[in-house]
Amino acid sequence: MSNTAVMSAPTQGGAQAKPKMSVYKRRKIATQFCISLVRFILLFGMCFMIIQPILNKVSVSFMTEEDLYDPVVVNIPAHFTTENYQLSAEIMSYKEAFKNSMIISLTIAVLQVIVCTLVGYGFARYDFPLKNVLFGCVLLMIVVPPQVISTSLYLHFRFFDIFGLVRAITGQAINLRGSVLPYYMMSAGCVGLKNGLYIYLIRQFFRNIPKELEEAAYVDGCGTLKTFFVIMLPDAKPILTSCFLFAFVWQWTDGFYSSMFLGTTKLVSTSLARIVDSLGAFIMRELGIQTSVSVAYSNCILSTGTLMIVLPLIILYLFAQRGFVESLSSTGIKM
Amino acid sequence: MKKKLNGKVSGLEKKRAVTGVMFCMPFILGFLFFMVKPMAQSFYMSFCDVQVGPGQFDLVWAGFANLDKAFKVDPDFSRFLLEGFAKMIVYSLAIMVFSFFVSLVLNQEFHGRALVRAIFFLPVILSSGVILGLESNNSVIAAIQADISDSLSGVSITTVLEEVLKTAGVGVRAYEEVFVLIDNIYDIALASGIQIIVFLSGLQTIPKSMYEAASIEGCTSWESLWKVTFPMVSSIFLVNWVYTIVDFSMRTDNDVMSKIDDIMVLQLNYGLSSAMAWSYFVLTMVFLAISSFIISRRVYYYE
Repeated sequence: MSNTAVMSAPTQGGAQAKPKMSVYKRRKIATQFCISLVRFILLFGMCFMIIQPILNKVSVSFMTEEDLYDPVVVNIPAHFTTENYQLSAEIMSYKEAFKNSMIISLTIAVLQVIVCTLVGYGFARYDFPLKNVLFGCVLLMIVVPPQVISTSLYLHFRFFDIFGLVRAITGQAINLRGSVLPYYMMSAGCVGLKNGLYIYLIRQFFRNIPKELEEAAYVDGCGTLKTFFVIMLPDAKPILTSCFLFAFVWQWTDGFYSSMFLGTTKLVSTSLARIVDSLGAFIMRELGIQTSVSVAYSNCILSTGTLMIVLPLIILYLFAQRGFVESLSSTGIKM
Repeated sequence: MKKKLNGKVSGLEKKRAVTGVMFCMPFILGFLFFMVKPMAQSFYMSFCDVQVGPGQFDLVWAGFANLDKAFKVDPDFSRFLLEGFAKMIVYSLAIMVFSFFVSLVLNQEFHGRALVRAIFFLPVILSSGVILGLESNNSVIAAIQADISDSLSGVSITTVLEEVLKTAGVGVRAYEEVFVLIDNIYDIALASGIQIIVFLSGLQTIPKSMYEAASIEGCTSWESLWKVTFPMVSSIFLVNWVYTIVDFSMRTDNDVMSKIDDIMVLQLNYGLSSAMAWSYFVLTMVFLAISSFIISRRVYYYE
């Protein structure tokens, strides 16, 4: 942590005018020092609080089972081992799940961002009848919990049909459960995971682009599409990156939609959710006897699994962090 | 001449309106196909007895039987609802205060700000999806840990403080709530990742000149916090409040939600689960509407 008691620039408006007398100056410096110190302690504490569980998981994941029960071993494993990783990888069928998750998260995130950009742009720059009602629908979509419609969606895709056409031809509705198609369709229709939020963020961004820019483009002979692609999109790169990252991260860890629509596909999120049960089954298979796994060990495997899932995200996040954080804070959200 | 111009303008507007609708088409279609129908259906379903047969399902009108069952027969549902709402109010307030405070600090300039910001946004990853549920499922381990720390007679500062304040005997109930919050500060920090970002973005739209003007008028930093910062971000408060409530009510480790899931997936009782989901949704909406109405009356819009 590098922010040790450093003088901060006067941020809250530079409350004190510059006094001539050195006593005041000294007092001011002392106050600044105290503020920085308090801030450092506070931030250090809170950052530690956020990071500590991760560090804890890291240390647990390298321990052997006997270390877990050894009261002397707290943070640094006595018997360093990477067995936990191998075991979790095998239980979760990590390679396959990783590949599937990667493909699905990437394609879904790209699809969602493309569609949400179009819609957000439409809401931000154009006026059309019922626009406010439609935007109300977007907000409604953010608010409606997926569980409310999940029952019905479940049945909707179980007996999927387009205006009764399919039934008329084949005499039976299609069962789309267990295939990835419904989820892609939903994402294309902006009703996937948290898509309302992306539309909202992107709309806020496009609203802040001055109208003159667009008009200048029209005057220079750009059509609607060309303006969108050449003028607007390059500007929106930061917010689109953030939305893509959100979409990717949330899709990667999502359990609800995944278990509902992608039940048969092996994904990291769903296999992590089942990891403790799988561990029991695995050990039973290996030993051939019914045993229950000890709580500490299953926790250890769970930690390892969690780390293995979070790690790709953290790497991604570290790379994109700068653009991601700064872009979001410069979007400026106005209601 | 004027009329002609007007006509032309309205023609252009019409064209623009069509373009706008084209841009929004994916959403309109998606909403119609995947939201309107399922919502209407699940609303209808909550008044029905759903019988799933091979190749199709039948809806038998059952009136208010499902709602009746949810609230009067089911032993857990109404208790979960009540507890859920009480928890939601306390936690949402805490999340708002916490995230506002953190964003105020993060908005200042100091060395290592980028690092600290990066750490504070980690919760966006850590509190998402299955990971959150897993953390809370670890209650067995938490219990064991609590046992261990009890037997080790480790002294925690909060317990000592709690003892002291309790013996002082002032407003024990209020203190208890506060202490529960402090003990769960990790949950609160995890839940406030997005809110901090939103607050930060709001704080950065406040022009510096305002603070300068305030300080020339003789405001101290503390006063300009309440007189400049607070009103300027009050609309963001509304946004964040709505987001917090929604996020909280849809969390996967929410008792009500897992109850609804159980009834749908395990018991296959689609009617009852729809009824529960809808009543939960409606109650949340009512709560959201009332609370945001109260907040929005205090929101100050700067033009």
